[in-house]
Amino acid sequence: MVDVRYDIAFKLYPYESVAAQRAPAVRHPVVIVGGGPVGMATALDLGLKGTPVLVLDDHEGVGRGSRAICFAKRTLEICDRLGAGDAMVNKGVIWNVGKVFHGEDRVFEFNLQPEQGHKKPAFINLQQPYFEKYLVDEVRKAQANGAPIEIRGQNAVTALQTHDEYTVLDVDTPDGTYQVEADWLIACDGARSPIRSLLGLSFDGRVFEDNFLIADVKMTAAFPTERWFWFEPPFKGSGASALLHKQPDDIWRIDFQLGWEIDRAKELKEDNIRARVDAMLGEGAEYELEWTSIYTFQCRRMEKFRHGHVIFAGDSAHQVSPFGARGANSGIQDADNLAWKLDYVIKGLAPERLLDTYSEERVYGADENILNSTRATDFLTPKSETSQFFRNAVLELARDHAFARPMVNSGRLSIPCVYDGLSLNGPDQLDGLDRTRVGAPCVDAPLDSGFLLDRLTGQFTLLGINAEVPEISEVDGVKVATLLLSTDRHDPSAALKDRYLGDATSAIYLIRPDQHVAARWAAADKDEVISALRVGLGKGVQA
Amino acid sequence: MSLNLDPNINDPDGFYDELIAAHQGLSKQDSDALNARLILVLANHIGSREVLRSALETAASREAVQKDR
Repeated sequence: MVDVRYDIAFKLYPYESVAAQRAPAVRHPVVIVGGGPVGMATALDLGLKGTPVLVLDDHEGVGRGSRAICFAKRTLEICDRLGAGDAMVNKGVIWNVGKVFHGEDRVFEFNLQPEQGHKKPAFINLQQPYFEKYLVDEVRKAQANGAPIEIRGQNAVTALQTHDEYTVLDVDTPDGTYQVEADWLIACDGARSPIRSLLGLSFDGRVFEDNFLIADVKMTAAFPTERWFWFEPPFKGSGASALLHKQPDDIWRIDFQLGWEIDRAKELKEDNIRARVDAMLGEGAEYELEWTSIYTFQCRRMEKFRHGHVIFAGDSAHQVSPFGARGANSGIQDADNLAWKLDYVIKGLAPERLLDTYSEERVYGADENILNSTRATDFLTPKSETSQFFRNAVLELARDHAFARPMVNSGRLSIPCVYDGLSLNGPDQLDGLDRTRVGAPCVDAPLDSGFLLDRLTGQFTLLGINAEVPEISEVDGVKVATLLLSTDRHDPSAALKDRYLGDATSAIYLIRPDQHVAARWAAADKDEVISALRVGLGKGVQA
Repeated sequence: MSLNLDPNINDPDGFYDELIAAHQGLSKQDSDALNARLILVLANHIGSREVLRSALETAASREAVQKDR
C-alpha cells in the first residue's frame, strides 16, 4: 500500500500498472524521485535533451494548497526555456508595489519597478499547484514529440541499495513492490527527503522557534495588487508580523506570525482563524477559507549535494525560511544547473566530476539563500531586547528618512546567485559590466525581434556583439551555437549595449547551457574559446 | 579611510552635554530606543563598512575600555 499523505489538486499522473512491475529490474539512465516543481523541471529539461528519464512520485498528482506562491524572474526565464513560462505568467498575478507598515503607520512603500526590456516580470504570484501543472503539461507535450520521459504515479520508494555506479530501488505500488535500477538517482523528494534518510545523510542547520499561520482566503476585495507587510500589526491576535498578498482566482495569502509557544490544533480551528482574519480585514468582510496551515521552518543544507551516483536537488538538499521566496525558486535553479551537466555526463561528453560542480555551485547558491533568509528572520523576530530596539529604530527612522529603508527586511526577494570564483569559470577579459560578469546568469535584453534569452536555447553558445567569433561548431563532441549580434542592427533600445558592453565597443561571450556566462573577452581566438569551453565542461577541474 | 580615534569634536564638553540632555527625563526604554536611532543615524553618516567595523571592534574591545579607564 502506498500512503496518501495529502489531497490532490490536479490528478495528473494516475497510477497505471506497467509491465516492469512483473519483470526483472530494468536499469534506467536517470530516475527522479519526487514529481514536485524541481523533479518535473529536471525531468523536462533532460527529456528535451533526449536523455531518458523516469519520474517516480508517491501520489497521483499535484498536492492541494497554495504553498509556494511567489515565483521570481529567473525561475520564469528557466521555465520559458523549458516551454512553460508563458502559461505561468498568463495565469499569475504580476506585482511591483510593496507597502511596509509598523503598527498603524505606513513606514514606506517600494516599487520593484522592473527595469524595462525583460521578457519576464520581476515576480508573479501563482499557487504552486498551477506551477507544477504547467510543467507537467509541458512534459506531456514533450512526450507527444518523442521526449523519453515517463511518470509513474503512486510509486513510492521504500528502500534502496547503492552501488558504485548505480542504485537499486524498492518501489511500492497499489499492486505490490517491484524493483527499479538507476544509473543516476536524483532525489527531489522534499525537505523530509526519504532518500536522504535511507542513506543516513545529515541535514544540518538552524531551527527557528516560531510558528506562522497561513490563511489563504477567497474574496473579491478592493485591495490593490500589492504586497502589504506589517511589523507589530495593529489587528487583534495577528502576532508579531502579518502579510497580505494576492494570488490568482481571487485568493489572498494572509500570513500571521504567532510565536513559539502555541497550541497548533487550537490555532487551526476555523473559528480562531476567522477571528484573526476578521480583525485584519474588518468586521463583516466576506471570504471563504481556501487553505490553512501552520508552519515552522529551518535553514539548513546537506554538506554536499552529490553522493556518488545519487544527487539531491531542491528542498531535499537545502531548506530556507520562506521570507524572500528562496525555496522553490532556488530549487528550479538547481534543476537548471543539474540537467545539462548530467546530460553531458550520460552522453559521455563530459567527465563525472562536472557533477561535482553542480554541488559546488548550488551549495554556494544555497548558502547565499540561507544567509539572506536568516537575516530576514532575525529582523522579523528580534532575538534579544537590544535587537528589538534596533529593529524598531530602523522602522521608526524609515518613515522619514530614506537611509533606513534599505535596512527594513521583510524578506530579500530571490535573485539568482553569481558563481563568482568557482571551478567552471573561464577567463573574464572584458573591461565590462559587473552584472554580466563570468559566473552571472545572462541578463535579458530586447532585440530587434524577440528577446536575447530566447536565443540561448540550452546549449553552449558563443555570442559575438559587434565582433566576429572564431568558427567553432563543436568541441570534443559538444555542440556550440553561434549568435552574432550588432548593436547597430539588433539593439533598438540599446539594452544589449548597456547590459553587455558598457564602455567596450565589442565583446565575445561564451554562455553555458543554463545561460550563465562561462567566459568573456574583448577578442578571443579559437584556442582560447576551446580552452574556456573545456573548463566549462569540468575538464579543467583538478580531480 | 580608517577610523579616527584622535580628538575630532569641537567643544567636546558641549557635545557631551547635548548627548546627556537628549536623554534627560526619558525612561530607560525610551533612552535605549533613542540610542538605537542615534547609532543608526551616525552609522549611515559614516557609511564606510570598514570604518564601521573598526568602530564596532573598538567599542567591543575590553582592552580599549580598560586603557581608557
